[in-house]
Amino acid sequence: MTAGGQPNLPTAGSGVVSPRIPPSLASRVFGGRRERADGPRFGRVKSLFFLVLLAGISVLAIYPFLWLISASLKPQGDVFDNRLIPKNWQWNYTGDPSAVLGDEKLFALPDVPIEKWFLNSVWIGILAALLVAFSSAIVAFAFAYFRFPGRNALFALILATMMLPGAVTMIPIYLLWNEVSLLTGETGRLSFMPDIGVNTQYPLWVPNLFGSAFYIFLLRQFFLGMPRDLFEAARIDGDTYWTMFRRIALPLAKPALIVVFIFEFQAQWFDLLKPLIYLRDVALFTMPLGLKTILDQQGQGGGGEGRWEIIMAGTVVTVLPMLVLFAIFQRYFIQGIATQGRKG
Amino acid sequence: MASAAATSNAAPGPQSRARRWFSGFRERETWYAYAFILPWVIGFLLLTAYPMFASLYYSFTNYGIEQVAGFAPTERVGLANYRELLDDPRVQTSLTNTFIYTVMSVPAKMMVALGLALILARIVFAAGFFRTVFYLPDITPPVAIGILILVLFNGSFGIVNDVLGFFGIPGPFWTTDPDWIKPSLAIMSIWTVGGTMVIYLAALKAVPAHLYEAASMDGAGPWRRFFNVTLPMISPALFFTFIVLTIHGLQTFNEVYTAYFGEGQTGAEDPDAALMNVVYLFRQAFEFFNIGFASAMAWLLFVVIMIVTAVQFLVSRRLVFYQGAQK
Repeated sequence: MTAGGQPNLPTAGSGVVSPRIPPSLASRVFGGRRERADGPRFGRVKSLFFLVLLAGISVLAIYPFLWLISASLKPQGDVFDNRLIPKNWQWNYTGDPSAVLGDEKLFALPDVPIEKWFLNSVWIGILAALLVAFSSAIVAFAFAYFRFPGRNALFALILATMMLPGAVTMIPIYLLWNEVSLLTGETGRLSFMPDIGVNTQYPLWVPNLFGSAFYIFLLRQFFLGMPRDLFEAARIDGDTYWTMFRRIALPLAKPALIVVFIFEFQAQWFDLLKPLIYLRDVALFTMPLGLKTILDQQGQGGGGEGRWEIIMAGTVVTVLPMLVLFAIFQRYFIQGIATQGRKG
Repeated sequence: MASAAATSNAAPGPQSRARRWFSGFRERETWYAYAFILPWVIGFLLLTAYPMFASLYYSFTNYGIEQVAGFAPTERVGLANYRELLDDPRVQTSLTNTFIYTVMSVPAKMMVALGLALILARIVFAAGFFRTVFYLPDITPPVAIGILILVLFNGSFGIVNDVLGFFGIPGPFWTTDPDWIKPSLAIMSIWTVGGTMVIYLAALKAVPAHLYEAASMDGAGPWRRFFNVTLPMISPALFFTFIVLTIHGLQTFNEVYTAYFGEGQTGAEDPDAALMNVVYLFRQAFEFFNIGFASAMAWLLFVVIMIVTAVQFLVSRRLVFYQGAQK
């Protein structure tokens, strides 16, 4: 693999780099795109049989979603009638905020600022994902490109930290943030700083400034797949290590960075534990914690009395953004997951 | 290795190796490299190394709500927290629950994922469509899954019991009967099999066709081909998912906490049946602020996970085949 096939080798001061990703690069690292490769295939009859079987299993995979959407459009008494098409339709999402107690719609529930929770999750998710993608890329690039004493030992250490259960570090990290709480804010010694400790959203994304083991591993694999000549050429053109990283490595790693972004956004959108630990003010909640709050508030009594149509509407609102994201970035989801199984 | 040639005159001993190692720090590149990995180094020291030692230290102290508030001094209590672990019946319950759940869900998940991947790898068309469909549950937030468990497995009205009833089977009260809470959690976990399936699918696609051809020529039927070609070739992927799913299973929190714990008890009359290790740890640490005790629990969990993983490695060593590996 030489850089000869690379039409636009960036030169120093050339301003805009046009990093056309070598078509082989993404597939070489991800190993995707080899759809019709090998292995025996089924004949016609067998194929038909398995198609029917898969269709049946698909129903199992899809059904909970359909049940959810349908239940969110039913009146209270019909939620558990398990019909896919509601007998009586009822819009449970928006409505008059001054409705009688016990009759409010999802977006008008008292003490449930759901649109705020939604935006909190979106903003934390995007910020956390951007930060972790960038910081992990810097570290990953160093492990892929530089040869330095301690490299292998440190990389082994990174891999080892992946094994450490979050439960072990969870409590001391909380106590650290508790200390930060005491230091910052108006009453603290660092009173010029805003309160960034417990009961703020900072603990949810600040750790992402320092990279994350799994993403470092994934991105390093990707950087290793890039032809080294590309970097050597940039060095000869007078790039510093940093500009070389920023103008060549980073743009070329876009597919992998998107994977990291999506994984981290999903992780933030899924996480219940950290918001549960750090957030007290209802206005700061994220969507998962908000949904749990709705469940606790409206779900009393298990099946009968609870307002499950509202809970279902809240669940739909929580599930939907991930479905949209998946619809747009499906390729990256699948490729990212498939890469994980490759030689860890 | 270039630097090895430079010092080849020196006897290859520990001293020369150390010197060679340190000579690396005379290179400018080394300093740049360390500057690049600085974010991770800071993060490691602050968010991994220090917390590990701190948590180990706390586990030998009486650190609790009074000590956090500063009303009482922190004292070292030796192994008292660990002894308490043994005495607390709920620790045992939570560990047992977590094991039962993991043992029920992980193999089932692996088998379903493998079955689906085997079919998808060989089907002539629509494989991409089905792959997408089977992956969809994996992008469902765990809180939503916890809620789905409550409604789909509802004993009186749930669809699961409706379907069972259709076949004349009286369904159990999944979400309230202590015996059926963990099975329903495990069954629901099979729903999110898509990611594992995608990993297997990628592994299956990487099996070279000539191996199958050679096996067929040697007269191997479909079963022999599966056991002697497919399984060994994808065994690294199987092993990888086995480890990862087990580690995840042993730390289950979100779904269970959503469905059975929190302020409004929505599910079981006896939530002890759903009490998972991390759930109990979370309650001890952040609801009762028994920091010392919870830290001891965390280390117990860590040791348990290490032992389980080590056993998995030992057992699988002969079963996993790495292509191109020397040993």
